[in-house]
Amino acid sequence: MCDQTFLVNVFGSCDKCFKQRALRPVFKKSQQLSYCSTCAEIMATEGLRENETLASLKSEAESLKGKLEEERAKLHDVELHQVAERVEALGQFVMKTRRTLKGHGNKVLCMDWCKDKRRIVSSSQEHAVTMPCTWVMACAYAPSGCAIACGGLDNKCSVYPLTFDKNENMAAKKKSVAMHTNYLSACSFTNSDMQILTASGDGTCALWDVESGQLLQSFHGHGADVLCLDLAPSETGNTFVSGGCDKKAMVWDMRSGQCVQAFETHESDINSVRYYPSGDAFASGSDDATCRLYDLRADREVAIYSKESIIFGASSVDFSLSGRLLFAGYNDYTINVWDVLKGSRVSILFGHENRVSTLRVSPDGTAFCSGSWDHTLRVRDGGRWAF
Amino acid sequence: MERVVVSMQDPDQGVKMRSQRLLVTVIPHAVTGRDVVQWLAQKFCVSEEEALHLGAVLVLHGYIYPLRDPRSLVLRPDDTPYRFQTPYFWTSTLWPAAELDYAIYLAKKNIQKQGALVDYEKECYDQLHKKISHAWDLVLMQAREQLRAAKQRRKGDRLVIACQEQTYWLVNRPPPGAPSVLEQGPERGSRTASHVHMTKSADFYKREIEYCRRALGRTRVKSSVCLEAYLSFCGQRGPHDPLVSGCLPSNPWISDDDAYWVMNAPMVAAPTKLRVERWGFSFRELLEDPMGRAQFMDFLGKEFSGENLSFWEACEELRYGAQAQVPTLVDAVYQQFLAPGAARWINIDSRTMERTLEGLRQPHHYVLDDAQLHIYTLMKKDSYPRFLKSDMYRGLLAEAGVLLDTKRRVFPFTRRPRRSSPSPALLPTPVEPTAASGPAGGNGVA
Repeated sequence: MCDQTFLVNVFGSCDKCFKQRALRPVFKKSQQLSYCSTCAEIMATEGLRENETLASLKSEAESLKGKLEEERAKLHDVELHQVAERVEALGQFVMKTRRTLKGHGNKVLCMDWCKDKRRIVSSSQEHAVTMPCTWVMACAYAPSGCAIACGGLDNKCSVYPLTFDKNENMAAKKKSVAMHTNYLSACSFTNSDMQILTASGDGTCALWDVESGQLLQSFHGHGADVLCLDLAPSETGNTFVSGGCDKKAMVWDMRSGQCVQAFETHESDINSVRYYPSGDAFASGSDDATCRLYDLRADREVAIYSKESIIFGASSVDFSLSGRLLFAGYNDYTINVWDVLKGSRVSILFGHENRVSTLRVSPDGTAFCSGSWDHTLRVRDGGRWAF
Repeated sequence: MERVVVSMQDPDQGVKMRSQRLLVTVIPHAVTGRDVVQWLAQKFCVSEEEALHLGAVLVLHGYIYPLRDPRSLVLRPDDTPYRFQTPYFWTSTLWPAAELDYAIYLAKKNIQKQGALVDYEKECYDQLHKKISHAWDLVLMQAREQLRAAKQRRKGDRLVIACQEQTYWLVNRPPPGAPSVLEQGPERGSRTASHVHMTKSADFYKREIEYCRRALGRTRVKSSVCLEAYLSFCGQRGPHDPLVSGCLPSNPWISDDDAYWVMNAPMVAAPTKLRVERWGFSFRELLEDPMGRAQFMDFLGKEFSGENLSFWEACEELRYGAQAQVPTLVDAVYQQFLAPGAARWINIDSRTMERTLEGLRQPHHYVLDDAQLHIYTLMKKDSYPRFLKSDMYRGLLAEAGVLLDTKRRVFPFTRRPRRSSPSPALLPTPVEPTAASGPAGGNGVA
């Protein structure tokens, strides 16, 4: 009897090279395979190379990001509130609720204005028969006012042509346009009724042709759910911004599908993004209880709108027509109105009895509407005079 | 929220605490509602209304509980005593609340005093009884144990613990009809532990690297320049912003008077002065306004360059149109504007023309982008400034009147009946131009 220990060798065909060899058990992605010793060695070194590459890629990305921040900082010579010192202060604002819309049986989640400045469409967590899922998180009005788009937990965006013929069943005419692999968080028509831009919990945005349902372009780059988007009011009309759970706000080129600019200064999920009326900047509202203004030409964050007493996340933001006021709805049931230039808060509005989930200024800027989990929508306006 | 509450309990800087006399027992470390509100108002430099709201939210979430009327989680800015909830019961530490614990709590209440359970609590109790009937003995035993242990404590402590528990359960199992503060909305990917395709793969990093390289090469503008631009933009648009400067004759939402909307309808015979002014702010504003665009088209017609604007409009139609129509549209544009000898041939430089014609072989939404940009820039740099200096534009500006401020009316408004406006979906054709109310001296409606 010899004293040496020996391995029990299984003979057979290797799972990789299929040659008849002595085999060793090998684990690849939690699956057990049998490799010959040569293949096993190759796999071991391959794995190493793969890991090395991943780590080196990560460090390269980090260092480039650092350099980018340095470059951005070089041209930052003044703060917004310093420049705004010579601007006249806005004074007291009085905002009053002019209309309270109570029609939803459940939380209002999203709303949009029609271009005729008077109609709105709103969506909620309904138990209605018409929508197959309960949370309808996104809705949008078509530019012509003849259709609406909405979607949510059903992972789809559907377009409903508006009809006032009582005999017609709106649900029957519904057209399923977008298909994502996770919930739909936001949708918006482009300049016409025939194209729709969507954002989804699957981390992507996509541009669709309404009539055929065809995917025209998809936008990958977010590392987590995309929660909001807004189209740029620019002359060439080619970009849009999106914000997500990865704390990043990304600006995309609709033609190429590439990310043009990205900003990562928020400390939590970005719930809402909206362009400044000139198209040179955009504001974002986040769960970290701040709203921030990012300038696209300077390529950096230029203002933070926050206050110690505001400890709840901002769910929705929008600018007034001139861009001087920023309205933000928060999860503590309030709406804060900020002076965009001076960075100070102009007014705080109460009235809702639950989270403010959505907020939009009307297309002609005469009023703004807020929707809340208290089942109501409130249209408000006011100004520097008390009426 | 927890940060705020912790700072509130700071012995030196926090809310003033004292022992409260509640009926016969004395409860230490209690605060009054008024003190809470005042402390918040002072610490955050906010109004009392806001401080009250913030305090109320803290109470709603169970961080502060009332000692006297523990059934409703409301903050009263008076002498009502409150206490800070022990961190053990904070929603962040102990959520989700277990069914078993709730059963024990309800059982305790039931045993302690028959009929102490309110309707919805009775229902829950019965439901739980059915659900965990197998462990019901354990529930009752636990309940009795806890009650026995409680009897050993001082009356003050017992009261406090009872209130703490009550608040905790009011937050975690709200009565029907009351909103639950714990509801979070649909689950987001970032909160779940594993989300397979979100993990940072090599692709993700490669894309980031590519993006960073591109971004490093881009030109940036100095902050001072960008920020000045905001100032001038806001300053220029301020008078046009109804929420900042009001609007004449009156804001329709306030006065129930449609006049403002009628006067600013997409197509009117006499556009308002503010509107005509806006056409001068930027070329985009002019084109976005249907009336402005129509006026500009007229002007171009006089200069025999109307085809430029028509071409631009056709390009827009292509960019945002239906996918199925792309080939037809492209063909139509070619025939009308680009083909040699076309009826409305547009004048673009030969290189762009070559590139465009080449691209037309594979038509897609953006195939005319280069040509469109060229024409747009041409109009913007050349025709647009001339338009603004033209007699036509200046004439419009002079004619457009400014209305009287009807806000100064003293007598009360009579309520006009609110009629719903016709939906755009019903209109078969664009709205007819309506005669707007006259200029200065207009009969502003009350």
